[in-house]
Order: sequence, then structure tokens, then C-alpha cells
Amino acid sequence: MLAVEQLTRRFGANVAVDNASFTVDRPMMIGVIGRSGAGKSTLLRMVNRLTDASAGRILFNGEDVLGYRGAAKRRWQSQCAMIFQQFNLVPRMDVVTNVLHGTLNRRSTAATLFNLWPEDDIHRAIEILDRLGIAEQAPKRAEALSGGQQQRVAIARALMQDPAMILADEPIASLDPMNAQVVMQALRRIHEEDGRMVIANLHTLDTARRYCDRVIGMRDGRIVFDGTPAQLTTGVARDIYGADASFSEAATSTEIGALERHPVHA
Amino acid sequence: MPDIEIIHDRYMEHTRRKRLYGGMLLAVFVALMAGGFMTADARNAGGFWDGLGAIFDFPAGVISEAVEKAHTLPATMLEYLPALVETVNIAAVATLIGAGGGIVLSMLATRGLARWPRAIPLFRRIMDVMRAVPEIVIALVLIFVLGGGPVPAMIAIAFHTIGALGKLFSEVNENASLKPVEGLESVGARWAQRMVLGVMPQVAPNYLSYALLRFEINIRASAILGFVGAGGIGYELKNAIAWGIGRYDQAAAIFILLFLTIVVVDQLSSHLRDLLTHGRKKEMLA
Repeated sequence: MLAVEQLTRRFGANVAVDNASFTVDRPMMIGVIGRSGAGKSTLLRMVNRLTDASAGRILFNGEDVLGYRGAAKRRWQSQCAMIFQQFNLVPRMDVVTNVLHGTLNRRSTAATLFNLWPEDDIHRAIEILDRLGIAEQAPKRAEALSGGQQQRVAIARALMQDPAMILADEPIASLDPMNAQVVMQALRRIHEEDGRMVIANLHTLDTARRYCDRVIGMRDGRIVFDGTPAQLTTGVARDIYGADASFSEAATSTEIGALERHPVHA
Repeated sequence: MPDIEIIHDRYMEHTRRKRLYGGMLLAVFVALMAGGFMTADARNAGGFWDGLGAIFDFPAGVISEAVEKAHTLPATMLEYLPALVETVNIAAVATLIGAGGGIVLSMLATRGLARWPRAIPLFRRIMDVMRAVPEIVIALVLIFVLGGGPVPAMIAIAFHTIGALGKLFSEVNENASLKPVEGLESVGARWAQRMVLGVMPQVAPNYLSYALLRFEINIRASAILGFVGAGGIGYELKNAIAWGIGRYDQAAAIFILLFLTIVVVDQLSSHLRDLLTHGRKKEMLA
């Protein structure tokens, strides 16, 4: 389905992503882990074409998506939905309108500028919100919602796109543990029930272990690990994070129970 | 699922109401546009539609003569440079005085910052008056009293600028966070100290960009005041551009000079703003 080949991105003298290659042959849930600055975000942004690549190819069903320009590029972007750490909703617009933004690529500019959406789409948007458990927030402004609710609105927008894959860039990094769990479970359910591919950048190991079928580890722009969660031993994790022997998984955990299980001596 | 049906119906009702209001607003807007245009056209001496064909005759005349005498343009431009400097000078002094006055008035007229909260309406009305009186009226009165020259023009433009910048600055002030101000209040700072040390650092980049925009507007205003005897490039333009005399090459040279001045100010303003905002970011990272 998806094949990334020798993908590289340079920012001036820095190499954000260095010769990254991996293939995905069936829809699965993939977690990308690594320190901040390891190139995880740049990788996802290149797949969505928010950032241009310096070299390499990204093949989706045999076609190089890096070659798309103009309308073809925008059609591809509507096919691979993106979820951001800071939600990136339009704060002053109501929740349903924010979800309906997922259909922008399919609708004419004039109709959307006047906020005219087909009633079927509105119905579907509310159904998606209901599926994520926030239908009663429908008429509120996005800025009035809590972080966890806003992230679910962002997921609803992604689902509204009816995408082939969902890219999530640190979807839970600005959420508290309870909301993080709700959001990760929503992503997992979307993968299991709809069979969509999900690629999520995660900054905690235990989240990647618990929710993902496959884990890709990045360090300094390179892919240094690619395997199942079971293969992800503490030693491997130390390599990915470049940490020494004092490193424990609790240090990267946001799980509620983690602190009790591994007491931290400050 | 009855629940989701209710939510859906309610949302649709809400959307329909919003669309109705939007449609009504649009209708009113179109009616006002059409009505306003018709009124203006009826009052027009020559008639809009008859004059429409001739609208480009004058610019065409200016450009054709300027192209004809293109070789003398640089020399003509150089000749008018002192007049331009005078015009820019008027604008610069007026902007500086206007910004200073505007800052003080804006602080006094912003809710939450004002020294005398109950006098806020008073300071607002003062700024309204300063904006309402056209600068050309003030200039004419002052020229009558003080005689022609750059000083009346400078005072007239500064007066207007205080009102205009005061309003813009007070809007900027409203978005400033009150927390630093409270912090300074807690250490016993006086009002002026709170304003200069607590508010100004937050709003300075916005102040600067509004003041530089105003500087651009004031250059044009000071050129216009030259028409009524305030000196500078406006006086030269008035002589060059008058119908019949036909010194259009000089008029073109003056237009080019004014255009270049605006370009320079615009470039300078974005550069300064960059320095002010990004310079600070670098400090923060360091």
C-alpha cells in the first residue's frame, strides 16, 4: 500500500529526516517513536505534503505522491487525513462546521465560503461526532471545548474526509492522561472498525506498545528500529532515545499508574 | 437513535436561522451599495457613465508626455528632491508627535489601564474630535494665522495623527495582558511606571507597525497640504499637474518620487518590525 523510499529532508545544514525507508502492505496501526527533534513530525508532514521532501519517494498504491502538484496534491491530502498536536481547528467556528471542513476538497469554493453544506453531510458529521461521544457539543464553538474534546473534533474532521490513512502528529502530547486514553482508543477503534491505516507519532513508549501493531523508532532523522511492540525491549528503547542505563520507561510515561509502579526518587 | 435526531434537528434549525440572517444582511448591503451609487451619480455634475470613457485620458496624457521626455526624468527627479525632503520631514515630525500624544491618550482611554477610569469617555471623545476635523481645515486656519509654510502643516497632521493613532493604540492595549501590570502594581509602581514598563514591552511591535503605516499616510497628507500653501512637494505637484500648462513630465517625476518614498518606508517598516519581534525571540531562546 504505502512505500517510503530513501526519504530525506534537509533544513539548511540540518538533516531532519535521513534516508528513511519502510513499507506497509496492509492497513495497520503504526506508532513512530523517538526524542523530540528526531524527525517524526517532518516524516508525517512529508507524507501529507505539508512539507516538501529533499529526496526520495513516497509510493501509495504504486504512485509517487511527491510528484503531485496543484489539484492532484490537494486530492491526495484529502486522502490522508492529518491530526495535529494542537488540534488546529478554527476556534471561532462551531464544532459541526469544523468537522465539515473535512469535505472541503470535494465541495466548490463558492458554496463553502457562504457556509452552505449539503444536509446529508451535516447529518454525517453529527453521526461521526456521536460515534466519538461528543454529539451534544455540536453547536458550540470549537474554542469552548476542552483539549480532549477538541482533539476528538479533529479526529471527526479526519473521518469526515473518509481518508485511506490517518496521520496523527503527537495527538495526545497536550492532553491529560484520561483524555489521552480516550483519544488513543478512538484512533484504535477507527483502525479496527473501519480498517483504515493509522500512523501516529507518539512520545511515550507505553502508548506505542499498547495501541500499535508495529513500532518505528527514529533517532536523529534515521529509522533505527522497525518491528512489533514485543521486539521493543528496554535495550532497544534506550538506543532509540539515546539514554543510558538509568533510563526507565516510567520516564516517558504519561500513564496514570506508571508513577505508582515505578517510584521516581527526585 | 432519537438523541442524535434531536441534536441534528436543533443544529439544522440553528443553521437555517444563521443563513436567513446572513441573507438578510447581504440584501441590505446590496441595497445600500446600489442606493449609495445612485445618489452619488445623481449629484455628479458630469454624470458617471458619460465621463467613464474619458477617465483614462488624463493618466494617458501624463504617461505619454513622461515617456517622451524620459531622458530628462532623472534630472527632474533630482530637482524635486529637496521639496520631497521637506514633505517627508513634515510627515516624520507630525508622526512622532502624533505617536507620543496617541500613546498617552490611548493609555488613558483603555479600560483596565486608565489612570482615571471614569474619564475614559472624555478621552475617547477628545480623540474622536481630533480624528473628525479634516487636517486640511486645520492647516487652512493655521496658514491664515501663522502664514504659509511647513509648521502649520506639521501641526495639522500631528493633531489628526494623535486622534487616529490613539484609537488604534487603545485597541492594541486592550489585547495586552494585565498580569504584568498587576505584577508591577504589587511592588508599588506608579501608574506611568506600570504603563511604560508593564504594557509598552507587550505592545511595542504593534505600535511600531501602526505608527509606520501612519507615517506613510502622513507623507501623502503632507503632499496634499502643499496644494494649499504648506510648501513641500505638494506645491510643486500642484503647479506641474494643472490642466493646460502641461508639465506632465514633472508631474510624473513627482509621482515616481512619492511612490519610491512609500516603497522605502514600507520596506523599512517590515525590516524594523522583524527586528523588534524576532530579535526578541532570539533573546528568549538564548
